[in-house]
Amino acid sequence: MTAKDIIKPENLVYTKTKIMTDTPMHYCPGCSHGVIHKLISEAIEEMGIQDKTIGVAPVGCAVFAYNYIDIDFQEAAHGRAPAIATAIKRLQPDKCVFTYQGDGDLAAIGTAETIHACNRGENIAIFFVNNAIYGMTGGQMAPTTLEGMKTATCPYGRNTDLYGFPLKISNLLAELDGTCYVTRQSVHKVANIVRAKKAIKKALQNSMDGKGTSVVEFVSTCNSGWKMSPHKANLWMEENMFAKYPLGDLKDTEKKHYEK
Amino acid sequence: MEEIKLMKGNEAIAHAAIRCGCDGYFGYPITPQSEVMETLMKEKPWETTGMVVLQAESELAAINMVYGGAGCGKKVFTSSSSPGVSLKQEGISYIACAELPCLIVNVMRGGPGLGTIQPSQADYFQAVKGGGHGDYRLIVLAPSSVQEMADFTVLAFDLAFKYNTPSMLLADGIIGQMMEKVVLPPFVPRRTDEEVRNQCPWATTGKVGRKSNVITSLALEAEVMQETNLRLQRKYAQIVEHEVRFEEVQCDDADYILVAFGSCARIGEKVVELARNEGIKLGLLRPITLWPFPTKEIQRLAKQVKGFMSLELSVGQMVEDVRLAVNGLVPVEFYGRQGGVVPLAEETLVALKQKLVK
Amino acid sequence: MAKFKGTVVVNTDRCKGCELCVEACPSHILGMSQHCNTKGYHYVELKDEEACVGCASCGYVCPDACLTIYKVKL
Repeated sequence: MTAKDIIKPENLVYTKTKIMTDTPMHYCPGCSHGVIHKLISEAIEEMGIQDKTIGVAPVGCAVFAYNYIDIDFQEAAHGRAPAIATAIKRLQPDKCVFTYQGDGDLAAIGTAETIHACNRGENIAIFFVNNAIYGMTGGQMAPTTLEGMKTATCPYGRNTDLYGFPLKISNLLAELDGTCYVTRQSVHKVANIVRAKKAIKKALQNSMDGKGTSVVEFVSTCNSGWKMSPHKANLWMEENMFAKYPLGDLKDTEKKHYEK
Repeated sequence: MEEIKLMKGNEAIAHAAIRCGCDGYFGYPITPQSEVMETLMKEKPWETTGMVVLQAESELAAINMVYGGAGCGKKVFTSSSSPGVSLKQEGISYIACAELPCLIVNVMRGGPGLGTIQPSQADYFQAVKGGGHGDYRLIVLAPSSVQEMADFTVLAFDLAFKYNTPSMLLADGIIGQMMEKVVLPPFVPRRTDEEVRNQCPWATTGKVGRKSNVITSLALEAEVMQETNLRLQRKYAQIVEHEVRFEEVQCDDADYILVAFGSCARIGEKVVELARNEGIKLGLLRPITLWPFPTKEIQRLAKQVKGFMSLELSVGQMVEDVRLAVNGLVPVEFYGRQGGVVPLAEETLVALKQKLVK
Repeated sequence: MAKFKGTVVVNTDRCKGCELCVEACPSHILGMSQHCNTKGYHYVELKDEEACVGCASCGYVCPDACLTIYKVKL
């Protein structure tokens, strides 16, 4: 049996979803963003909600997310995505609304918007890519940068006496009454990818169902910023990132009914 | 029969917004404009028209909520006062570049810094020259009565949607806080989803039978960003040509022109009366649109008068635009008070005589 | 003897040669081409067509969605 005999539509097991555009992504080779974009696109296709999903892109590496996921999108100012998503969802309650944000966007400049959108229990999904570094601007220290980790703005390693501690913002968000689902996932192995997609679907469904704010953190790599090969970055992430940012659900509860 | 009501300028904005089919308000408390949101919350329009009213965590969040709402083609607005409007500038620049229609209300108080809660007009530059980064303009309307607070709320929305651009209601604390009689605009229902889609085919209303819509102000290629700038400038040229609004009081036979907007224009009317009593032929030009500025009208008047004086609650901001329009033809002087102090008509007349009438 | 036989079709223009699929393949049958694509990346290719079971592990981990996987039951 040759490849030709196998390559038939009925034998297809995996291919790029049509929700993902043919535009080549600008991400570095091996970047976690690509997998996460793909999973969000697959989730939208499988849930059949392309016509009612509206995304909000951040400032950071994922600023061009709207070029790759074929749905209506708004591009936010740095850190303001949750405020924008708040209005989109409040004014179009029948829509599924998500933000896509990095650690600088969500956990530094946009901390106020993030916390208050979560605290109001906005019916949005927040997809949070935590690679412990500012990727787009060239690898500077992020609030999530690990202790001792070297970046362009802490070239001798993050000294917590000077620069504070890695911010576990998802734990903080899980404490808020407005969040219904907070989980920490990764996309470096097949099993993790399958789990991450389930989390994405659940978060999107929560937005549709008006259950409150869902936060899916993806502990990710930035192999360019970390100056490692993609595979090595995965290993480094398993060894170092997961210790500080352990995977798993932080919160999963039906939100209490509240009067709007 | 029209129903005449008595209310504050800030309250009139809220009532006018509900009545003109506004979809959403996002604000943050700051004196002297908090009555806008307080009135909306008290009126509960979400139970009647379906309008969303939300108290945001900051002015930054509020203006970005306006971005999000306007990006959905919705009729949304925010209100604040000077320090809060400074915070909003980032969002306003993004909104202008993304070409989204919306309304921003600034009920000005004295600055700079935390300043004072007393009235001021010292945000003129910020409003008409940009405020945020990049080459952009706002349509800036300056009401001088509670009636105009209501009327211009409706007008500002109409202009914003006509040109897909943010418009600003630039009032001062006097107009916001004082109570006057007002006839509120008639009720207009909010647009249906279908009407929104038809009016704003670019909006993020969900990708149904069309290409995906993207609201963005980003273009990494220089040529593309240049074209964005040129497109904006073409639009602004249209606005300059068609939307200049002003009012004149006794300018026809005037030897001198007092230029004033907002509450200063009300003082200016009294100055005209006092001056005429003394035999000084003074007229009042009240710009209603601060941008686009009534440059052509000032140029026309400059050929027939002996001088201009700008009266402002600032150290002199609009006077620069008057000078640009007059272009050296006749003297242009300034008189004003700052930090919340309001000039009297009598002292203004004294200044006019000292500076101009010789 | 494998119960499935599969194959991988690579969108060579989309591939950035990150090699994550090479690491993810349980059968260790993916490798990098000697050739480069239009962007200058060595793209991935199936080195041993006979050994592929169509598990799609490579497809899952691919950040650029450039792999299409087919399989048949034997």
